[in-house]
Amino acid sequence: MTLTEKLRERISRAFYNHGLLCASYPIPIILFTGLCILACCYPLLKLPLPGTGPVEFSTPVKDYFPPSPDVVSQQGDLSERPDWYVGAPVAYIQQIFVKATVSPWQKNFLAVDVFRSPLSRVFQLVEEIRNHALRDSSGVKSLEEVCLQVTDLLPGLKKLRNLLPEHGCLLLSPGNFWQNDRERFNADPDIIKTIHQHEPKALQTSATLKDLLFGLPGKYSGVNLYNRKRVVSYTVTLGLQRYDSRFLSSLRSRLKLLHPSPNCTLREDSIVHVHFKEEIGIAELIPLVTTYIILFAYIYFSTRKIDMVKSKWGLALAAVVTVLSSLLMSVGLCTLFGLTPTLNGGEIFPYLVVVIGLENVLVLTKSVVSTPVDLEVKLRIAQGLSNESWSIMKNMATELGIILIGYFTLVPAIQEFCLFAVVGLVSDFFLQMLFFTTVLSIDIRRMELADLNKRLPAEACLPPAKPASRSQRYERQPAVRPATPHTITLQPSSFRNLRLPKRLRVIYFFARTRLAQRLIMAGTVIWIGILVYTDPAGLRTYLTSQVTEQSPLGEAGLPPMPVPGGVLPAGDPKIDLSVFPSDPIQLSENQTQQREQQAGLEPLGRLETNQHSWAQGPEGRGNGQTELGTEAEVTWGAEDEEIWRKLSFRHWPSLFSYYNITLAKRYISILPAIPVTLYLNPQEALEVRHPQEANRYHPFLSSSGGKLNAEAQPDQTSSRLQGHRDVTLYKVAALGLASGILLVLLLFCLYRLLCPKNYGQNGLSHSRRRRGDLPCDDYGYSPPETEIVPLVLRGHLMDIECLASDGMLLVSCCLVGQIRVWDAQTGDCLTVIPKPRLRRDSSGIFDYQESWDHSPDGKTGLDDSFESSHQLKRMLSPPQPPLFCDQPDLTSLIDTNFSEQVKVAESEPRLRAVGGRQKEAGYDFSSLVGKVYEEHSTSNCMNFGGLSAPHGQAGFCVGGSTARSLGCGSEEGGCGGRRRSLGDESLSGFDKSSPLPSWGGDFESSVWSLDLQGNLIVAGRSNGKLEVWDAIEGTLRSSNDESQSGITALVFLNNRIVAARLNGSLDFFSLETHTSLNHLQFRGAPSRSSIPSSPLFSSSDVIVCQLTHTVSCAHQKPITALKAAAGRLVTGSQDHTLRVFRLEDSCCLFTLQGHSGAITAVYIDQTMVLASGGQDGAICLWDVLTGSKVSHMYAHRGDVTSLTCTTSCVISSGLDDVISIWDRSSGIKLYSIQQEMGCGSSLGVISDNLLVTGGQGCVSFWDIGYGDLLQTVYLGKSNESQPARQILVLENAAIVCNFGSELSLVYVPSVLEKLD
Amino acid sequence: MPRLESGAWSCSCAARARHAARPGEAAPKADAMQSPSPSAGRAEREASGGAATTWRQHLVQRSVVLFVVGAFMALVLNLLQIQRNVTLFPDEVIATLFSSAWWVPPCCGTAAAVVGLLYPCIDSHLGEPHKFKREWASVMRCIAVFVGINHASAKLDFANNVQLSLTLAALSLGLWWTFDRSRSGLGLGITIAFVATLITQFLVYNGVYQYTSPDFLYIRSWLPCIFFSGGVTVGNIGRQLAMVIIV
Repeated sequence: MTLTEKLRERISRAFYNHGLLCASYPIPIILFTGLCILACCYPLLKLPLPGTGPVEFSTPVKDYFPPSPDVVSQQGDLSERPDWYVGAPVAYIQQIFVKATVSPWQKNFLAVDVFRSPLSRVFQLVEEIRNHALRDSSGVKSLEEVCLQVTDLLPGLKKLRNLLPEHGCLLLSPGNFWQNDRERFNADPDIIKTIHQHEPKALQTSATLKDLLFGLPGKYSGVNLYNRKRVVSYTVTLGLQRYDSRFLSSLRSRLKLLHPSPNCTLREDSIVHVHFKEEIGIAELIPLVTTYIILFAYIYFSTRKIDMVKSKWGLALAAVVTVLSSLLMSVGLCTLFGLTPTLNGGEIFPYLVVVIGLENVLVLTKSVVSTPVDLEVKLRIAQGLSNESWSIMKNMATELGIILIGYFTLVPAIQEFCLFAVVGLVSDFFLQMLFFTTVLSIDIRRMELADLNKRLPAEACLPPAKPASRSQRYERQPAVRPATPHTITLQPSSFRNLRLPKRLRVIYFFARTRLAQRLIMAGTVIWIGILVYTDPAGLRTYLTSQVTEQSPLGEAGLPPMPVPGGVLPAGDPKIDLSVFPSDPIQLSENQTQQREQQAGLEPLGRLETNQHSWAQGPEGRGNGQTELGTEAEVTWGAEDEEIWRKLSFRHWPSLFSYYNITLAKRYISILPAIPVTLYLNPQEALEVRHPQEANRYHPFLSSSGGKLNAEAQPDQTSSRLQGHRDVTLYKVAALGLASGILLVLLLFCLYRLLCPKNYGQNGLSHSRRRRGDLPCDDYGYSPPETEIVPLVLRGHLMDIECLASDGMLLVSCCLVGQIRVWDAQTGDCLTVIPKPRLRRDSSGIFDYQESWDHSPDGKTGLDDSFESSHQLKRMLSPPQPPLFCDQPDLTSLIDTNFSEQVKVAESEPRLRAVGGRQKEAGYDFSSLVGKVYEEHSTSNCMNFGGLSAPHGQAGFCVGGSTARSLGCGSEEGGCGGRRRSLGDESLSGFDKSSPLPSWGGDFESSVWSLDLQGNLIVAGRSNGKLEVWDAIEGTLRSSNDESQSGITALVFLNNRIVAARLNGSLDFFSLETHTSLNHLQFRGAPSRSSIPSSPLFSSSDVIVCQLTHTVSCAHQKPITALKAAAGRLVTGSQDHTLRVFRLEDSCCLFTLQGHSGAITAVYIDQTMVLASGGQDGAICLWDVLTGSKVSHMYAHRGDVTSLTCTTSCVISSGLDDVISIWDRSSGIKLYSIQQEMGCGSSLGVISDNLLVTGGQGCVSFWDIGYGDLLQTVYLGKSNESQPARQILVLENAAIVCNFGSELSLVYVPSVLEKLD
Repeated sequence: MPRLESGAWSCSCAARARHAARPGEAAPKADAMQSPSPSAGRAEREASGGAATTWRQHLVQRSVVLFVVGAFMALVLNLLQIQRNVTLFPDEVIATLFSSAWWVPPCCGTAAAVVGLLYPCIDSHLGEPHKFKREWASVMRCIAVFVGINHASAKLDFANNVQLSLTLAALSLGLWWTFDRSRSGLGLGITIAFVATLITQFLVYNGVYQYTSPDFLYIRSWLPCIFFSGGVTVGNIGRQLAMVIIV
């Protein structure tokens, strides 16, 4: 045991050190491993490539004798001789290669004449070959004795029965198409059809019948109607059983004598032996394919388990690479040491992979991943390695043991397999330890780097197996709060499913690189090029005509050059040959052969007569000489060398397989071909012409000179032909056009598919989500929504207009100008501003408490109708009494609900307690109510009670007429409305301290802007007054009303307040306390760490708000947006410009022009990035340092309502209720989210990749990077759905949503819990 | 020669099929044999009708999958046995594919279904659920090794039959040790091998099939090893299926 323990410890320590090493020097180690792999694979280069292609070996013809059948007799003299070159070949193949042409060519010949007469000569040739016999001293030897006798064709080949020879010599020629019967050939009206009768319709790579009989690839035969060279080639293929050199040489010399090929340069010195490997049929492939399928399933299931890493697929690839290269290494090493593989590599390969396996890799990954995340990468790798070291070693030992056992089976195949497997295992281990570990370390490091910046310092880095700790962390802890700024750590993307991101990435890639457009462009260009090139009347014909006029090849295209008639052209060797057959000039020097005159005489004589008759024929017609066309000369070139090589490599196997002779693992010997050149005179061509052909075919390359021969075919024929050809060309052109259009359409569709659908347009395709549906992302994926109960902050009577927070406190201001201060942690209402001016004792409070309880209630009960009309009501002018006079009489409703209300109020002890805790409960209700009643009765405004709309009107009443009347009126309306609205339906969260504030004389204007810092609230009012309130005490600390222009925007930074006014001026204030200035300054900056319960300066401090500087006309028009960060102040105005000021000295640095509409949204952050959005729907990004415009995007239809940025994205929302996410650097729209109506501008960024948007009674969390909808949180019951109009993200990971007159405080940890 | 080897394989399949059909000749009886199995019974007892129907659905799903796997393996391994007689014509492929009797793949499929269902049944009956390497990757590995064993038996040239049989026996045991390691698996595998061999002997004795070079009474001596590893493999699949579908 101790030994084992010791061993174990040692192994684990070794692995630990190794892991440290790997993680410390990843790049050198990977390079080293790559070099090792390459070095080990180097011997593989010597191995022949696997495949079933035939192998060749040539021997000289001279002194050739068939190899002896036994291996032993092979001497070392022929060491290069392959091991299959044993015994006699299956057959010797002798090809007689015929090239024939009609010469001289006449203009009026038909296209079919090119090959008809040459083919007709094949019968004669075959006859000659068949009858050839060698007569020597030993007797007469005929072809029958040496040729390969074949038997029946396979039964499945009935249709070839008449075409391939049976029961006799294997002699193939094109004549077999006509059963070697010349009469049949002559009677055949359509040669081409006969030849192509048996061609397969589909694409086929193996030998066809035409190839077999012609003995050379079809395109070389020249048997077609468009043969410009007018040379027809074919072979007569002869299969020989035995090699008889004398017989063959006699055949060769005889044929050469008969049909000399003067310029033939074919080499005739070597025999090529072709060895065929075992055929792999489909049947054999099926098990192989099955094993591979199993292998891939194995790899798939294995790699699927890799998880919790940065790039899952990268690691999977690395794992597969590890296994594969270890296999290659093993093969290479075995070859190096002289172990040549005899097994079929492809077959044993899957088993090898399975034996080696991916297990270790997975185990390693898992082990490393499960180490503590907060460790250093090096240590993580080392620890993970050492954790698994024992099991890895054990597994490896076991496998080696099993393989060793296999080695002792003493079966050669298994031994070989085991040997390979052992080497493979060892090299696999080597690679795992060096290569894969290093890759893993790089991956892990990447992951660490990726979330380094958003990583929580300590406990958020705990492994995600403990979600509970994290969720607890975000529990409300009013007293203790972390000193560090809160950031939300989102899990790296690989922790979640990769479904969406990958697709999105592909699409973005396409969009970013404009791949589709480029493809379309390239395709169009290519297509146009093809079109131009193939245009029948276009470039190509022009080019060819240009070329052919100069080149010697262009006889066919040349205009006819009539040879002077009557005289036989002396330079024509063919005619000389025919007339003087024995002229030595015709025989080239290398053709020294014994002539067999007797045999040659007969055909020669025939030729001669033909020649003569031809010579006289045209004469008889009168002007035959003028018809003499150009003369063709058959050339033998290098391309004719061993023409059988151009055949399919399955040519010979398939030929022999027809006779049930397999060539697998055997070889055939191909003897050098015998060249035969045939020249045919025109007369002969005319003779063999079939009568129908004259009608069907037209003169070959008809030209102007063609009328002599054809009285029967006058000019119309050619013109008709021309017309016919034109029609086909037009057809082709039309077809091309149509297919081109189709292609363009296809590409267009592809483009539409691939590019983001709203590329360049605003969220059209995203609007498919109807209102009321669940929010979902672009792919219709909507994650399970959850319902949580948020903290509902109620108390405001009207719609909340302004929200501000510093993370601790939350300040809200409603339409009536009431400011409420909430504790952002607990949701308690701390202060209501304005306070009642007259402080009452507590008894007074309780007198009115009950009655005041109802007013918020009533308001909330009316929420629905209230909300629905809130858009409208903003635009409405102060109330028109006639409109509301038809409301039901509410007086009867007033008193009844007081009793109920008590119960309801008491049913909520918590709130009551909260309310009781509040100190500021002084209400001057007596005077207030009294006044209200008076004014009510006078103004006859009972309409307040009825519907919700009056509330909205009331909001404007405040500014317009008297505030007090409104207050009471709304109170009454609240009571009445409450009664009507089903009594107590969950009117939970309201304070008793929430009622209408006391309306001082200085509250006649509404609050337009609000900011909060420390415990000071700065409010800018519509009448131009700037007020500084104490958030805790609720007292007015300072005010400034030097200007009458309404304050549209405020910035409160440190002790500096900047107010932007309606008239376009900008006021800079500074805030000073007389007694404790430093206190204030201290309070200002680190507001997060402040503790609310201890106000920093007492109320006795006098705070003075001093106007330090005024930029009187910063803008021509009202300033709509004001933001400050990084020492800069940015203003946006309706005059389409932005201005950048320096905060310290109020100096205007830049005026930014670029928008074509009023500026509606501005964003600036500490990194000096400025983004602005305007009414023109455009977003501009600016560089604040230089004042230059970085990019300009057309984002929305309608105004840009809000704008924010993360480090990589710009997020904008517009009046079109679309939230768009843009790439910040390139300005490309990544995607957009269709919002619900009215929630367009409600968005907030929680962390760099977490976006929160509002919806109908819910908020949704999105992953910014991928556009993933993470979660939808329903706030409260789903039936009371109001749009979230505003979202404010607090710094303690909570968000505040503004639902009309109430605020909801939602804690983000619910998202994080879900992610775990 | 190859034809006869194919006969051997077919016979093995037939044997398995017989083994399957043994407890009851017809399918309903086989079902009857399945239903009183403890897990099924428990499931029915515990759950209401709905759960029972879903259980049955799972059962049917599993058997269908197993049947398909078995039939496919029979075809492929059959080909493996006869693939030395490959012809060049595609027409013949189909003929080769179905060269054995038509009833062989269905029988093998049925046998596979029964064995694959039997394994999890016995596991739960013995009360020791199989925990060893329960994942699809391992199952795939097991299948690959099984095919490899068949491959070896078909293609390798051994000096004599005893050597071949011993090798295959070692390989089969290695398969069991690598992928199963349960007593029930071993027992069931041996039982299957024994019964199947017996049935094959019986069939060959009656002249349904012949073997090329019988060295073990009338059959090849490596046949039990193939049966054994086949049983283990199918059992592995069956267990994994049961786990996936139930859980």
